[in-house]
Amino acid sequence: MASRRAGAKTYEQVGLAAWQATEKVNAELFTLTYGAIVRQVLADYEDCVPEANAKLDAMGRSIGGRLIEEFNAKNEQQRCVDFRDTCETIAGVALRMFLGVGGHCADWNADHTSCLVVMETNPLADFVELPERYRDLSYGQMLCGVIVGALEQVQTRATCEWEKDALRGGDGFAMRVTLVGQIDTPYPFDD
Amino acid sequence: MVGLATFTIVSNADVPLYEANLGQTPKREDAAHLQEFVAHAALDVVDERRWETPQTNLKLVDRFNDLLVYAHVTAGGTRFVLLHDARNEESVRAFFAEAHELYVKAALNPFHDADSPIECAAFDDRVRALGRKYFP
Repeated sequence: MASRRAGAKTYEQVGLAAWQATEKVNAELFTLTYGAIVRQVLADYEDCVPEANAKLDAMGRSIGGRLIEEFNAKNEQQRCVDFRDTCETIAGVALRMFLGVGGHCADWNADHTSCLVVMETNPLADFVELPERYRDLSYGQMLCGVIVGALEQVQTRATCEWEKDALRGGDGFAMRVTLVGQIDTPYPFDD
Repeated sequence: MVGLATFTIVSNADVPLYEANLGQTPKREDAAHLQEFVAHAALDVVDERRWETPQTNLKLVDRFNDLLVYAHVTAGGTRFVLLHDARNEESVRAFFAEAHELYVKAALNPFHDADSPIECAAFDDRVRALGRKYFP
């Protein structure tokens, strides 16, 4: 991956540095806690899978809106110049920093507004096997919500969906992130 | 070679979680019932023996005619029972150890409840593969 600034670190290096500096929790604890959340959401919505997916997404958005603060505070990240830069930062830095997995962007469309964020592994999905009755459950939907919620806080409106989900028969884990538009911040004063 | 190897998992609350016949199909029609009966009857002995040792493997716990009953208890009190018709402690011990590992993985699935049967196809395949490995 060509670096966007001469002499700057690659996304991978920035991500690894951030991962080193981040406080860690036990991986199984994290994975099983997420599993418990998903189970509880399903129980709350009485096994209604579409509603559970929506709830996980909404929870993710709330998390993302807060997580972006930590991300910006702990990274000496300069402003992303374009959406391509943003996606590479999500894949290379953010995934590494918060989940400890590597990722990369692939499958860009012609005008660079949509790409596939491919995760090497998905720690959320360890041990998980979806039962037949939850075939349509998007198990990692919270992660999509986190990305959308975080981008919203930095004036970028985007959508994010799992395009490949190994739990639902895909080969690996990949999210489709699509740019919808910039959010204009109105000038706050009445001049 | 081995005629008979029936593997049963029973939860701490006496719910049967899993059952597999790893050996040949029994000739007598009522053999399956008999085996189930013997395996479940042995659970009482298992419950007594599990307090006598810190080990998870209880070795031979019971016998009925030519059927030998081996048992293994997990830390959570889930009981593995293997009905076998030959004495080979070593294979049985190794089989239980690997089955225990598979069971832990299946139990870690957030969609698995402690007292519901294990319906995961991958678990079934792996246990059967273990059966072929240790009781060829």
